[in-house]
Amino acid sequence: MELFVFVVSAVIILTGAVGVIISRNAVHSALCLVATLFGVAVLFVAEDAHFLAAVQVIVYAGAIVVLFLFVIMLLGVDQAEDLKTEPLGGQRPAAAAAGIGLLGLALVTMFLTHRDFDTVAVGVKSSVGKLSDTGADAGIVNVRKLGEILFTDYLFAFEITSVLLVIAVVAAVVLARRAATVQVDDEETTEVSS
Amino acid sequence: MLLASVHPTTTWYLLLGALLFTIGAVGLMVRRNPLVMFMCIELMLNAVNLTFVTFAKALDDIGGQAIVFFVLVVAAAEVVVGLGIIVALMRKRPGATADDISTLKG
Repeated sequence: MELFVFVVSAVIILTGAVGVIISRNAVHSALCLVATLFGVAVLFVAEDAHFLAAVQVIVYAGAIVVLFLFVIMLLGVDQAEDLKTEPLGGQRPAAAAAGIGLLGLALVTMFLTHRDFDTVAVGVKSSVGKLSDTGADAGIVNVRKLGEILFTDYLFAFEITSVLLVIAVVAAVVLARRAATVQVDDEETTEVSS
Repeated sequence: MLLASVHPTTTWYLLLGALLFTIGAVGLMVRRNPLVMFMCIELMLNAVNLTFVTFAKALDDIGGQAIVFFVLVVAAAEVVVGLGIIVALMRKRPGATADDISTLKG
């Protein structure tokens, strides 16, 4: 069963990811992205991260992709683009080579540092951190533990996050506002960035 | 049955994360539409999230999941700012590619 879930989600994730980069239409890319995000959410559940799976669906598939689709529709860039011609010579072979290099690097790192995680102590474990003693109501316990650690070990980071969000909101407002145009004389308009 | 006894191990999840990250990175390098490039960044972030959750499970430590929580928040903030920049760019020049970002200078 676990194998079945993993294989199906992996197939969905990888086809979705490939779909994002080969779709000619940006809307199709966004829809493929939703498939990938759902697949990742399923794997989160399979790995006992119930809260994160819910947040993944709500924030990523719900908010972020909708924001993408809004921008696509708002700007009217939902027409197919030409992917056949290669504007920059040698970009694709170079990107493929870099991709293979990156994957190779990741695999080498993975297998060189591969060790039995149960027997080797890696770093310092967090104070409230055991995942394994979750019983039948694993979802509830997971949410409670995540809440506990967010408001103890990671309290400062959590508070700083709110500052980040305020900065992002202010930046979005400033960026999205049209610069006020002032009529100087009959012909000319100058942009005032106030 | 033989298949029923096979369980996906940590290595499988890490492998999937590495593949997803590579696809995202290649897409970022290949595509020229800024919106699609942004989606590829989301793919890479998701690959990292998957890796974090896998390590949280393997090391039996919820810290990995807490980090994913912060990555999600940063991703949301990043999308807001990035899409703002893309909207500003596309208003100036419809059908802009990544090269046209230099028109936003000064």
